[in-house]
Amino acid sequence: MSNQDPVWILGTSMTKFGRYADKDLIDLAAEASLGALDDGGVTMAEMDVLAAGCLYEANGGVGQRLQKQLGQTGIPVYNVANACATGATAVRTVMMAIKAGEAQMGLAVGVEQMGKMGMLGADRAARSDKQVFQRKGRFGSVVGVEGRLGTNMMPGVFAQAGMEYAYENDGVGFEQFAKVAQKNHEHSTLNPLAQYRKAFTLDEVMSSEVIAYPNTLLMCCPTGDGSAAVVLVSDEKLKTLPREQQRRAVKVSASVLTSDPWTEGCQVQPDVNTLTRNAADAAYEDSGVDPADLDLVELHDCFATAELRHYDNLRLCEPGGAGEWIDKGGPWRDGEIPVNVSGGLLSKGHPIGATGVANLFEVATHIRGEAGDRQVPDAKVGLAHVIGLGSSCGVHILERSGL
Amino acid sequence: MGDETAPDEIGPKRMAMVEYLKLGDDPHLVAYVCDACGATYFDRRNACAACGAREFSTVRLANTGAVRAFTIVHRAARGVPAPYVSAVVDLDGGGRVKSNIINIEPTPSNVSLGMRVRLATYVTATDDDGNEAVAFGYEPEAA
Repeated sequence: MSNQDPVWILGTSMTKFGRYADKDLIDLAAEASLGALDDGGVTMAEMDVLAAGCLYEANGGVGQRLQKQLGQTGIPVYNVANACATGATAVRTVMMAIKAGEAQMGLAVGVEQMGKMGMLGADRAARSDKQVFQRKGRFGSVVGVEGRLGTNMMPGVFAQAGMEYAYENDGVGFEQFAKVAQKNHEHSTLNPLAQYRKAFTLDEVMSSEVIAYPNTLLMCCPTGDGSAAVVLVSDEKLKTLPREQQRRAVKVSASVLTSDPWTEGCQVQPDVNTLTRNAADAAYEDSGVDPADLDLVELHDCFATAELRHYDNLRLCEPGGAGEWIDKGGPWRDGEIPVNVSGGLLSKGHPIGATGVANLFEVATHIRGEAGDRQVPDAKVGLAHVIGLGSSCGVHILERSGL
Repeated sequence: MGDETAPDEIGPKRMAMVEYLKLGDDPHLVAYVCDACGATYFDRRNACAACGAREFSTVRLANTGAVRAFTIVHRAARGVPAPYVSAVVDLDGGGRVKSNIINIEPTPSNVSLGMRVRLATYVTATDDDGNEAVAFGYEPEAA
């Protein structure tokens, strides 16, 4: 095959996201992996490569531990970690192996078990009470900077990212950000795989506990447990499989991973926009898909303030028009381009390593017409986006097979 | 970029909490500026992330600027008093910095995007030898 041939999703599955005190990480990864293999009508013995994405056990040999439950076939295993883009990176790792001609079929699984982890991103643990100041680190600091020189914890970082958008554009404020959360919680009521399935009024969203203004509790994603998996197959191999498998296969029309290019101030407050725009533009270019062609989008709504910015970054609305777009209902499931019909990270949940695979599961399931109550009618093409701070951004565009 | 009192002085010291804060009669921030492309940084550098050059100069940044983004943190990291305002400030003449907005009540009506601010310092912690760590924040210019 040439590397211009498309790669396909043959099978996909995810666990319900939530909290699983009675299961371990490998139980979750195995459930999603076996689900994806069964869905694709294939077995571990047919896999040429395995990529396992997990952030908090990145040095824990998750892929090999999974093999020890599902099948030790001797294939190459890649254990990957890439912040919140960990799952998307696992998918890309298998994609690259297939594109390089080293594999015909591969399994990518993302998994995380976080429990009630609390807020992420504090710069360091509290120092002991007994201390004499000493300069440490690249800033030569003598005390912790978190809370003294602003905040770098996730709710506040993404609040500031949203407020920066409000600074640069009209028609964006607390209410527009809150509408994002209202929408995603409402969407999640139709998704049996979501961690939370409860609708809230706009007033309830805005009057819930403030975490980092303008993000209230209901505008912040939860921590949790879960896993998602995809089986990818080369174009050449797919065409040797039975018709039914070909018909249900979903084409990966674009798969892009970017990091953040240097922009003014990006080492002070992360720039979550430029790398997202770069990834989206490359994905539209590679696939020939126009944003207006999209039937659904699953994007990285770790906080409500983030989702609003990404309407603009992913070219779903007019430049600068994200506030107006949500005011007119553009991203609702019956709107112009449905965004996060799964409930998004805000309500479906965000077990970090699983997230970038779960959004492919969601888009693929709609494209196959198998999404049940939450099905977007006649979905043919969709986009999945994740971003992890540091930063890393994954964008995939999926299309109906036509085979 | 160290800024302690001379080491042979007797008694507790006053120390800038980060090296890019300079104390004395006229507290201000300094940054490393890439000699090739002008990108600014606050941390110790190996090379320039914007252009790859390896030579830097140290420059003084302005004490005034405008609030580009802010958040009011209510649920803070352990041991950090809340609520407080974190902000990203565009400094006059170039450079962007993150710190707290201080000397105001931390409510949405007291902070606004584009608000003019100026640098102010305060003692943020004292160690067991009586040394004081001095932090910087920004207060409304109008105050």
